[in-house]
Amino acid sequence: MVRYIFQRVVYLFLTLFLIATFSFFLMKFLPGTPLTAEDKLTDEQKEIILEKYGLNDPVPVQYVKYLGELVQGDLGISFQFDNRGVTQILLDRLGPSAQLGAQALLIGTILGILLGLVAAVYHHGFIDYTSTIIAVIGKSIPAFVFAGLIQYVIGVKLGWLPVAFWEGPEYTIMPTIALMMFPLATAARFTRTEMLEVLGSDYITTARAKGVNEFGVIFKHGLRNALIPLVTVIGPLAVSLMTGTLVIEQIFAVPGLGEQFVSSVMTNDFPVIMGTTLLFAFLFVVIILIIDLLYGIIDPRIRLTGGEKK
Amino acid sequence: MKKSNWLLLVLALVMSMFLAACSGGDDENAGEDSSKGGDESAEQVLRLTEGDEIPTMDPQLSTNTISSQWLGTTLEGLYRVGKDGAPEPAIAKSHDVSEDALTWTFHLREDAVWSNGDPITAHDFVYSWRRAVDPEVGSEYGPYMMGGVIKNANEVAAGEKPVEELGVKAVDDYTFEVQLAKPTPYMESLATFTTFYPLNQKFVEEQGDQFGLEAENLVFNGAFIMTEWNHGEGWTLEKNPDYWDADSVKLDKITVKVTKDVPTNVNLYNNDQIDRTGLTSTFVEEYKSSDEFRTVLNPGVFYLKFNQERSEALANVNIRKAIATAFDKQGIADTILNNGSIPAGGLVPKEFVAHPETGEDFREINGELLPYDKEKAKEYWEKGLSELGTDSVTLNYLTGDTETSKNISAFMKNQLETNLPGLTIELQQVPFKERLRLDTEMEYDIQAAGWVPDYADPNTFLNMWVTDGANNKMGFSNPEYDAMLEKANNELAQKPNERFQTFLDMEKLLIQEEAAIAPMYQEGVAQLWKPYVKDVFKNQIGPEYSYKWAYIEK
Repeated sequence: MVRYIFQRVVYLFLTLFLIATFSFFLMKFLPGTPLTAEDKLTDEQKEIILEKYGLNDPVPVQYVKYLGELVQGDLGISFQFDNRGVTQILLDRLGPSAQLGAQALLIGTILGILLGLVAAVYHHGFIDYTSTIIAVIGKSIPAFVFAGLIQYVIGVKLGWLPVAFWEGPEYTIMPTIALMMFPLATAARFTRTEMLEVLGSDYITTARAKGVNEFGVIFKHGLRNALIPLVTVIGPLAVSLMTGTLVIEQIFAVPGLGEQFVSSVMTNDFPVIMGTTLLFAFLFVVIILIIDLLYGIIDPRIRLTGGEKK
Repeated sequence: MKKSNWLLLVLALVMSMFLAACSGGDDENAGEDSSKGGDESAEQVLRLTEGDEIPTMDPQLSTNTISSQWLGTTLEGLYRVGKDGAPEPAIAKSHDVSEDALTWTFHLREDAVWSNGDPITAHDFVYSWRRAVDPEVGSEYGPYMMGGVIKNANEVAAGEKPVEELGVKAVDDYTFEVQLAKPTPYMESLATFTTFYPLNQKFVEEQGDQFGLEAENLVFNGAFIMTEWNHGEGWTLEKNPDYWDADSVKLDKITVKVTKDVPTNVNLYNNDQIDRTGLTSTFVEEYKSSDEFRTVLNPGVFYLKFNQERSEALANVNIRKAIATAFDKQGIADTILNNGSIPAGGLVPKEFVAHPETGEDFREINGELLPYDKEKAKEYWEKGLSELGTDSVTLNYLTGDTETSKNISAFMKNQLETNLPGLTIELQQVPFKERLRLDTEMEYDIQAAGWVPDYADPNTFLNMWVTDGANNKMGFSNPEYDAMLEKANNELAQKPNERFQTFLDMEKLLIQEEAAIAPMYQEGVAQLWKPYVKDVFKNQIGPEYSYKWAYIEK
């Protein structure tokens, strides 16, 4: 197991290295500079400023410098925000995105599981259809439409919750609701399908025959087994939720990562683009690793023992 | 059994994280409530939003409107933009100009102090002006604004001379002397711009590379000081008690939040959470009749550039005139933009500069130089085509990739192709930086471009088209035009009336006779303002708004 984890961690860093390299060279093909008033400068003036950023060096030299700084956790200096370190910018923005993502994921998944569970237990009944409709709506209505709608109704018309901004827990409620619709729908559909399958299996019949009560059958024997495949879906979903969703952040004026990422793309702020890409990649591979490890723990049949498996 | 225990453990961990997050949030909320204790309606608080985070609070590094706005609210230069839009004394009490117009001596007020208690002296200006052209600092606006204006600015910026050679000097603590490279009649207007703001050397050097990054790494001398700056979320300014003119400042506080979404902003405005919102054209219809609706004109002008080097057709003046008169400018302003924008009569915008004697607006005097006229356009077009000996022309049309650019270019393609038979327009929509690159390399036929001025003088618009000028990039060259510009900026520098007349003639030559560019529109902004906000002044140069005199009257 230790050997397996070690191997995975090595792969993890290899993946990150490849992503860093790839995004670095990709950026070199784009017409971006730290200059923000390019139209007002002569070519000589531009050269002098680029010199300061080390952008006149040959690309391989820039690449080695970049990797050297990266190893020390330094993602460089932003083009868009003069003299501001990219690491600090990302850390400032990660908080709100991660909080919203975590809340949406937790509440959404828990509600989704309950919804799916109820639908499976009472399948082909009124509750089942209602739950299916909720799931379909949650998956198909675009987030910006839903977010705009609840902002107007709950925020402006009813005045129950703040329309936008990021000043306290009550400000997180509406963006969380808007964000959680997707995990809710996903979890509900998954749980329903899996539960139906599990409830039809032999060991459930055995449990019932042994006199286990209905609650025990559903929660202890049914749900626990039905949830295993859900872990696979939740992992990548968690990353995408926690790293920020542009639309939701924009509508509710949340100072998060998604918004920052898009604005850095719009302004060709390469250090920030590369930093954000690496952060996303890092979170992604770490979560995948955790999930793979969890899998082995949850279900012994798919336990991997790395080296021996070859 | 084993697996279920694990699941429970994971679930418990996750739940505890969630609960921890909740309780943490509650604490924050408690603090929030107590600070909000006072009666808000009685407070002099202005609540605003901005579309983006402040890119920098370093006056010499600033290049954009948001930085300029908040630097201009918290810092003050020799001069500031007054209520009427004209420069008025700020840290300088007065100035003398030498006979040859090359030496300006500013007399500074002695009662002005920095927010850290230090007096503001001529040395602070020497320090910051040198900083603006110091290659080590890497300012973009420094070389642009000072180059060719302040003596040796170009040489210092190029690293050919040490910064000490820049033509600035502290004669004594309160006398600041500037040597110019050429007579610059708009020096007072320049002095209102962020690049020319002073800095407290001791403070800046203490902060090192942290300077300007957070509210506590900043030093102020303006009407307001920044007390809080949460990156990406917003910032708070409070009245500066040590400001030399603190008696004129009535607002206690300005809060600014970052919102990128216009519908959100409108919702916040309707919910009485903010005092101003911008409107996009879709909202203009809805709010046009409201008492709170206002439109303001910006000094930004948008026009078509004709590349006379790449396209044979565009080298023909009749073809250029035909294109310049073949599209409905009013239609662009009213139908597509619908935000208070107006058709541009020429290159120099409306409400920007006035005749030094009569006070008549530049635009009023020169009027509309190439008005929309389908019939005339067709005449020019046919004449041009016969001179070229062809019956069809295909032109590339380079433009931006924003929603507005896309709408305008679709409209332009339709107008030009309909009104000028035989013309094919090939649209090329690219991001801003790519457009600049193509402009520099002159890889376009027609380009939709714009210019926002940095100081209040027609020179900022008209000097772009001098032969081989850094911003010309369209192969326009007219010796008469070059001579007029030279004259305006040298022998006429001390003769404001004749100088103004020269600029009027230059614009006519550039547009009416040469049709070197085709003016499209002058940008406007549609807004809603709460009626209780008084005395916020809109500026054409420097910071967009002056909040110094603003107050709340409920």
